[in-house]
Amino acid sequence: MEEAVNIVILALMAVTVIGIVFIRNLMAVVMLSGIYSLLAASVFVVLDAVDVAFTEAAVGAGISTVLFIGTLALTTRIEKKPAHKPYLPFIVVAITGAALIYGSFDMARFGDAEAVTNKHVAPYYLENTKKHTGIPNVVTAVLASYRGYDTLGEVVVIFTAGIGVILLLGSWRRGLTPPAPHKRDEA
Amino acid sequence: MADFEGLYNYWIVIVLAMAGLYIVIARGNLIKKLVGLNIFQASVFVLYISFSKVSGGTAPILEKGIDVYSNPLPHVLILTAIVVGVATTALGLALVVRIRKEYGTIEEDDIHSQDESM
Repeated sequence: MEEAVNIVILALMAVTVIGIVFIRNLMAVVMLSGIYSLLAASVFVVLDAVDVAFTEAAVGAGISTVLFIGTLALTTRIEKKPAHKPYLPFIVVAITGAALIYGSFDMARFGDAEAVTNKHVAPYYLENTKKHTGIPNVVTAVLASYRGYDTLGEVVVIFTAGIGVILLLGSWRRGLTPPAPHKRDEA
Repeated sequence: MADFEGLYNYWIVIVLAMAGLYIVIARGNLIKKLVGLNIFQASVFVLYISFSKVSGGTAPILEKGIDVYSNPLPHVLILTAIVVGVATTALGLALVVRIRKEYGTIEEDDIHSQDESM
């Protein structure tokens, strides 16, 4: 049953993405990308990654979509018709995809408990987390306790991005004029 | 047939990633490019979560009487990646807004021809 749900939702994601490739109305594209994120969150629930599903639904489907809509309000809604025929990108993508599919045959099969990824250090955390931290949710324990410094680094990354956004957009929000267009190279 | 079921997730991930890559390199609209990047990124998340799944396992929240859990470590990695991803998206969108202010367009060819004509 789980497998069937997994297969159906992943197929829906593929359909959504095909829609995104062809639609030129950017509002529709952003809405579809929100749907794509929500479908990804559903896949994560089916594949036992409940914490990731929460985050993807809140951040990927929620905040990202809001940011995109805000940008659309400040820019344009319609994408221009592409000027070039997309043969070259298509060939590049087809070759890369073929190489990846060739590589996928060496991957551990879906759900394999004996796969290297699931045998190496994961059992250590599953056995010892309760003893070391007293937290039953292993994902939370690793994120906030074992790898607490990584999470602090993540906060630094977000802070840096925030500073970048403020520097890029702050000047005209405070009413200062940004450098006038087309005058940069005249000096 | 066992191969199809075992590799289906990876193949869908490849389709999604390639669609994202195609949007990034074939489309000139900067917002569309960022959507393409997001699609690529989410496809990598699905890849990681796919190979952390263990058949018959349950979510890695320890409970008496349950022996099989899915692998929690990729989940932690992807949690961090999602949050960092939205930070980079925000920065990219701020750049797009600023480019629109400067050039009056967010289409790559128009920006390029304006740069050429100066």
